[in-house]
Amino acid sequence: MSGFYRFAGGRILDPSRGRDEIGDLCVAGGRFVDPASLPAETNWEWIEASGWIVAPGLIDAHVHLREPGDLQKETIASGTRAAAAGGFTAVVAMPNTRPPADQPNTIGWIRERTREQGIIRVYPTGCLSEGRRGEKLAPLSLLHAAGAVAFTDDGSCIQDAGLMRRVMEYAGMLGLPILEHCEESSVSGGGVIHEGYWSAVLGLRGWPSAAEELIVSRDILLAELTGARLHCQHLSSAGSVRLVREAKQRGVHVTAEVTPHHLALTDEALSKYDTRFKMNPPLGSEEDREALREGIVDGTIDLIASDHAPHCSFEKEVEFDRAPFGVVGLETMLAVAAETLVKTKLLDWPGLVARLSTIPARVLGLPGGTLAAGAPADLVVIDPNLQWTVNPQIFRSRGRNTPFAGWEVQGRVMLTMVEGKIVWRL
Amino acid sequence: MASENPEHLPGSRWRRRHLLGLQELEKEEIAFLLDAADEITRCLEAGQDLPSLRGLTAVNLFIEPSTRTRVSFELAAKRLGASVLEIDQESSSIRKGETLKDTARNLEAMGADFLVLRHSAAGAAHFLADRVRSSVINAGDGAHEHPTQGLLDLLTIRRRLGRIEGVRVAIVGDILHSRVARSDIWGLRKLGAEVALVGPRTLLPEVFARFGVRLSNEFDPVLPWAQVMILLRIQHERQREGMFPSLGEYVSLYGLSEARLRRCPPEVLLMHPGPIERGVEIESELADGSSSVILDQVKSGVAVRMAIFAQLARFHQRDGEGV
Repeated sequence: MSGFYRFAGGRILDPSRGRDEIGDLCVAGGRFVDPASLPAETNWEWIEASGWIVAPGLIDAHVHLREPGDLQKETIASGTRAAAAGGFTAVVAMPNTRPPADQPNTIGWIRERTREQGIIRVYPTGCLSEGRRGEKLAPLSLLHAAGAVAFTDDGSCIQDAGLMRRVMEYAGMLGLPILEHCEESSVSGGGVIHEGYWSAVLGLRGWPSAAEELIVSRDILLAELTGARLHCQHLSSAGSVRLVREAKQRGVHVTAEVTPHHLALTDEALSKYDTRFKMNPPLGSEEDREALREGIVDGTIDLIASDHAPHCSFEKEVEFDRAPFGVVGLETMLAVAAETLVKTKLLDWPGLVARLSTIPARVLGLPGGTLAAGAPADLVVIDPNLQWTVNPQIFRSRGRNTPFAGWEVQGRVMLTMVEGKIVWRL
Repeated sequence: MASENPEHLPGSRWRRRHLLGLQELEKEEIAFLLDAADEITRCLEAGQDLPSLRGLTAVNLFIEPSTRTRVSFELAAKRLGASVLEIDQESSSIRKGETLKDTARNLEAMGADFLVLRHSAAGAAHFLADRVRSSVINAGDGAHEHPTQGLLDLLTIRRRLGRIEGVRVAIVGDILHSRVARSDIWGLRKLGAEVALVGPRTLLPEVFARFGVRLSNEFDPVLPWAQVMILLRIQHERQREGMFPSLGEYVSLYGLSEARLRRCPPEVLLMHPGPIERGVEIESELADGSSSVILDQVKSGVAVRMAIFAQLARFHQRDGEGV
C-alpha cells in the first residue's frame, strides 16, 4: 500500500504551531493527516525516525536554476535534485536566465519545464525591469498572472531611484514582494572582493560595504513612501543589519535574508585568490560576520537562503578578476547553517528550521512551512548528529563551485518528501 | 600548493619552487636572495664562472606590456646560458580566447622550466603556480606584487647605505594601484626599514596603516625625514576616474621639485621603478641628478633576476648539467 506513511518516534518540529515533541507524523494521500481520522486497519508504511528530526520541507528563497539558457551550469532537472538532497521541497528561482524572465511566456516555460523535469516545487520570479537593464518597468502584472511569486533583478540592482519608486508602487499594487540585490554600482565600481585589509593586500579592486548600505537605506525610505513589501537579499554587512533593524523598529515592511557562506566565512578566505570564494556581495570582515549572526538570531534577518549560483568548473578556473561571481549552496546549506548557528548554540533546531521553512514561506507568501493536518505533505527528515564530509564530486548539482569542499559537518538530510512523494532518501 | 609547501633540497637555503611575492617570504629568504645577487655581481666583475642554466628554458610570458622588466629577465637568463622564449599578448593565443592555464600548460609541455609571468590580473602568478611544474616567477600581477622590483629596490638601498634596518623610506604616489609599493612595503618592513606612504586619500586608503607603515597625505613634512624616496608613476586614467582633480594639482602636491629636494637630507636617494614621466612625479633634471639612483636600480635588477634563476634552477636540473 503506497501513499500512507508513518514517521515513527521522531522529533516532530513544526515552527508554524510551536510544536516540538517526540511522536509520530502521518501522511496519506499527499497530505499530513491525524491517524485517528483514518481506520485502525490502515496499512502504514513505517519509517523509523527515532533520533531524527521530522520538520516541514525546507524552502530556499534564492536559487539560480540557470534554465532557460545556461544548461551547462544547471538545469531544472539537476537543480531540483540537488535541492531535494538538501532537504528542500520548494525553491524560488531567480529570473536572470537567458532570456531573462521578463516576459510571461518565460515564466510559463519554467513552470512547464518544472512539471516535466522537476522533482520539487519551483516558484519562478519575474524581472523588475525589462532585460534587467534597470531602465523600464517589466510587465509586472502579466508576470504575476503567469505565476511569478515575486519580482527581482537579482544580480543587478536598479540604480535609478525614481524608477525604483515606481516599481515599488506597481509591485505593491499587486501585493508581491520585491527581492532586492542591494548594490550601488558606482560605489561597488567593479569591485571583486570586500574592500578592506585583504583587498589592499591582494591588490584586488574592493567593493565597499557602503555600496550595499546605500541601497538598503534608499529602499527602506522608498518602501516607507510606497508601502511596498521590500525583501533585501543576501545581506553582507554590519551596517545593513543595523539599517534593517532600525527600519523594522519603525514598522517599515522590510524583510531580509543571509546566506550560509556569509554566516560562515570572512574575506580572509580570499588570501590565496581561490575563486571558489568569489561571490557577490563579497565575503565581509569578521565584524560583518558577527553582525550577520546576531541579526539572524534576533530576527532582524528573517531567513537563510542559499543564493545557489552554479558555474562550470572551467569558468571558475581563471584569473580571479575574470571568474564569475557565485557559489553553489543547496546541498550544504542545512549542514553549514547548523555548524555556524546550532553547534555554536546561537540557535536551537526549532529556531533553525523556522528560518529555513516556516519564515521563508511567510515572507514570500508561499504554502508550506507547516506540518498541520490537511496541508500538503512537504517534509524533511534530518539526522542532527550524522557527521559527513562535503564532497562536491558527488553533488547532484552540475555546479561544483562550493567554498565548503572538504568541510567536516554535522547534520544530514535523510529523506525529503514533496506532497507525499519521497524525492530523496539517503 | 607548491607555494605553500616549499620542497626541501639539501644544501640550499632556498627551498621554493616559485617566486610569487615578498609577502610570503621570510626575512632570511629575502636577505639570502640579496646576498646571492651580490655574489653574482662579484663573479661578473671578477670574470669568474657563473652558475649555469645551460639546457634550461625560460619563457617570458608577458600578457601586459613591459620593456624594462622583460629585457632584464631576458638578459639575466641569457647571461646564465638559458634559452629564452618571448611571448607577448599579441603573439599568444590568449588573444584567441585561450585561457591562461592552457597557454601555460602548453608552454610547459614544450619544456619551459621557468615561466616569467607579467599579467594585469592580481593573483595570476599564484593561479599558475598551483597548476604547473615549471617555476613561476611573478614579473608583476595587477596591483598585487612585483617581487623582483621589490628585491632590486632593496638591493639598491643596501648597496648605497650598507644596510636596510632602520633606514627611513618614503614611497610617494598612487599606492592603491601599485604592485611595486606592495612588494617594497613587505620587503622593507621585513628587513626593518621605517616606511612612510605619501599620497592623496583617494590613492592611499587608511587601511594601509595596517601594513605597519606611516601614512601622510602631505608630502612636505616627510621631506626632511626621508633617507630614500621612491617615486611612483601616476597613470593619467586615475584622473578620469576622479582620483584627483587635475594633473597640475597632483604635481603641486606630490611632484618632487627642486625646491622640495632642497628640504630633504643632502644624501637622500631618489628611486623610481620606471617608466618615469618627467615633469610629473619628478622634475626632469632631478631624475638625472646626483641624488638619483634610478640607473643603479636597473643594474641591480639584472643581478637580482640572475640570482633568482640560479636558485630556482635547482628544481629543474637534468642529468650531467649541474649548477
